Amino acid sequence: MYRYDPYDTAMVAARVAEFRDQTRRRLEGHLSEEQFRPLRLMNGLYLQLHAYMLRVAVPYGTLNSTQLRKLADIAERYDRGYGHFTTRQNIQYNWIRLEEAPDILAELASVEMHAIQTSGNCIRNISADQYAGAAGDELVDPRPYAELLRQWSSFHPEFTALPRKFKIAVIAAETDRAAMRLHDIGIRIVRNPAGELGCAVYVGGGMGRTPMIAPLIREFVPLDQIVTYCEACLRVYNRHGRRDNKFKARIKILVHELGAAEYTAQVEAEFAHLLTLGIEPPRAELERIKAHFPEPALDAGGEDGDPDRGDPDFALWLDTNTAPHKVKGHAIATISLKPVGGIPGDASAEQMRVIAELARRYSQDELRVTHAQNIVLPHVRKADLAAIWQALDAAGLGTANLDGIGDIIACPGLDYCSLANARSIPVAQRISEALSPRSAEIGELKLKISGCINACGHHHAGHIGILGVDRKGVENYQLLLGGSEGADCSLGQITGPGFDEDGIVAAVEKATALYLSRREAGERFLDTYRRIGMAPFKEALYG
Amino acid sequence: MAEVQLRLRDDEPVEDPAVTVDSFAAQTNANAVRIEPGDDARDLLPVLDRLKLVEVNFPAFTDGRGLSAARILREAGYAGELRAVGDVLVDQIAAMRRCGFDSFAPDVALDPEDARAALERWPQVYQAAADARAPIWKLRHG
Repeated sequence: MYRYDPYDTAMVAARVAEFRDQTRRRLEGHLSEEQFRPLRLMNGLYLQLHAYMLRVAVPYGTLNSTQLRKLADIAERYDRGYGHFTTRQNIQYNWIRLEEAPDILAELASVEMHAIQTSGNCIRNISADQYAGAAGDELVDPRPYAELLRQWSSFHPEFTALPRKFKIAVIAAETDRAAMRLHDIGIRIVRNPAGELGCAVYVGGGMGRTPMIAPLIREFVPLDQIVTYCEACLRVYNRHGRRDNKFKARIKILVHELGAAEYTAQVEAEFAHLLTLGIEPPRAELERIKAHFPEPALDAGGEDGDPDRGDPDFALWLDTNTAPHKVKGHAIATISLKPVGGIPGDASAEQMRVIAELARRYSQDELRVTHAQNIVLPHVRKADLAAIWQALDAAGLGTANLDGIGDIIACPGLDYCSLANARSIPVAQRISEALSPRSAEIGELKLKISGCINACGHHHAGHIGILGVDRKGVENYQLLLGGSEGADCSLGQITGPGFDEDGIVAAVEKATALYLSRREAGERFLDTYRRIGMAPFKEALYG
Repeated sequence: MAEVQLRLRDDEPVEDPAVTVDSFAAQTNANAVRIEPGDDARDLLPVLDRLKLVEVNFPAFTDGRGLSAARILREAGYAGELRAVGDVLVDQIAAMRRCGFDSFAPDVALDPEDARAALERWPQVYQAAADARAPIWKLRHG
C-alpha cells in the first residue's frame, strides 16, 4: 500500500499545525462558529446532536494493521471505545471533544493518516473497489490512480469552496463494487482498441434528494491526462454550479440542467485550455505510486482445495463471506460488521485489534473498508480460513450475512446526526432481528436505510431502501424497491404511503415474503422485482 | 471601501476606481475592474493589456468562484495586481495566494501575525496552480 515520503509527512504535519491553530483561535473566541465551521469541516469535524464527530479518511478504503490498531487506541482514549465505519470507506468517532481533536490528528499523522477533506464543500476522500488488487475481474489495481487523484485534490486551492461536496470513485473492473456511477465523478479504468489504458469518465451521479445515475461524458481519457481532465470537470462546476440553493448545488444538478452534452462541451473546452498549462504529473509519478501497490506476495503453487466444511456455521460463512481471489489457493474474506441486531458498521476497539492481528498474520498486513460498512481481508490463504473464522467468531465478528438481508447499510440517523429526521439504527436492528433467521433462504438482498433525504444510507440504491422522514413531528418511513448500485445501476421506486416504525418492519417482512413466494429458480429479490414489477408488491403491502 | 491590508508586490498601487466587468470594455480609459461572483472572467481576456488592477469580490467566504476567476486571469498572462476584497478571512488567503491573488482588502482586518503564519504554513504544494511554486511531483522527479 502507499507509504508517505517526507513530502507527504510534511504536508500532513502542516495540516495538524494549522488545525491546532484554528482550534486555538476558536476556543479563544477569535473565530466565530460560522467562520470556524467550514474550517473544521474540511478536517472532518462535525458538530452533532450530543458531541463533535470526527471522520477519519481511509483513502480508497485501504488500511494496514498498524493503522487499525491506532484507530482502536483512538476509540478507547478519545471516544467511548467504538468506531463507526462509513459508506465512504472512512471511520468516524461520535463522541469527540473539540479541545482534543488536534491531538487526535497528530496521533493519526503518526501512522500516515489524516482527516483531510472528509467533510465540507471540497473534494472528499476518494473511494475505490474494495477488492482492488485481489479480484480476478479487474484490469489493473485502481488504487494508484486514486492515490494520484488524492494528492492532486489535497488542499487544491481553487476547489476549497465548491458549491457543495464532491465525491470521486475509481474502479477497474466490469463488476462495479464501488457504486461508481452514483458519484460526482466516477472513473472506470479501461483499455482502448489500441491496447492503452485510460479512463472512462462519468460525471453527475449522486443520491440525496435528487438521485441521478452519472452519464458517461468521455469514453477515454489517456492516463497521463486524467488529473487535467478532472481539473476541467471541477472548474466548470466551481464556476457554474448552483449556489442559490443548497439542495440544487451538487454537480448532478448542473449536468442535468445543462444537459450532459453541453456540460461535456464546456469541460472539453476547459480541458483543451488546461492541457497547455502543464499541470499533469509526469508518468514517472504514477509509476512511483504504482510501485507501492505491488502484486501481493502470494504462493500460487499450493493446494486449491476448499477447507474442511465439517462445521456448518463455518461452511455458511465460507459460502457467504468469501469471494474468489485472482491467485489460486487464496480467497477474499469479508468480515461482517453487521451482527444480528447490532449497529451497522460499528466495531469496538477490541474487535479492531482482533481484525488488525488477523490482517497481519493472514492477509499481507492489509485491510479494506467497504462502502457497505464491512471490513475485507483481501489476500487470505484458503488453508487459513478456518483459523480466521474461529478468531472472528470468538470476537463476535463471525456473522455470515454478506449481501444478505442482515447486511444492512444504515446512516447514524437521529441517534447522532443533527440533520436526521428519523432514527435509522433501531430500524436496522429490528429488521436484522426479524429477518436474519431467514437470511440463507432469502439470499442476496441489499437493504439500505437513510434517516433523512440526504441519503447517507444509500436508500435509493437498495434492493430494498428505507427513507426516514418527519411527518408532523412523528418518524415515518418510506419504502423503496428496486434500487441497485452495481453495473446494473438503478434507483429504487417508492411503494406508496410511509409506515411507522412497527409498520416498516412488517412491510419489509411482507415484501420479502412475496418475493419468496413468487421467485423463480436462481432469482434474487432484485431479479424478481424487476420481472414482476411494483404492482404485486403494492398489493401485498397495501391491499 | 475596505483598505488594502496586505500587498505582496513592489510596484506602485493603482487606486483608480474599479468599474464593472460589463462596462470595462466601453470605458477605454479605465484600468481597474471589479469581478463579482457571477461574472465571467474570460470576458476580460480581450482587454487584459490595459488592466492594471483587478478586484475580485468575495461577498461570502464560502463562495469560491473568485478563485477560478483569479486563476483564469493569471493563466491568460495577466500580470497586474489581483486583489481579493470582501469577506476575506485569514484561513483563505493561502489558497487565494496560490490562485494568483497578490493583494488583500478584507472587510475585517486580519490579525497580522495570523496572516503571516497562514502564508508560511505550507512547506510544499501538491498541485500546480497560478503561483510559481513547484508541485511535489515536480520536486520528486526533477
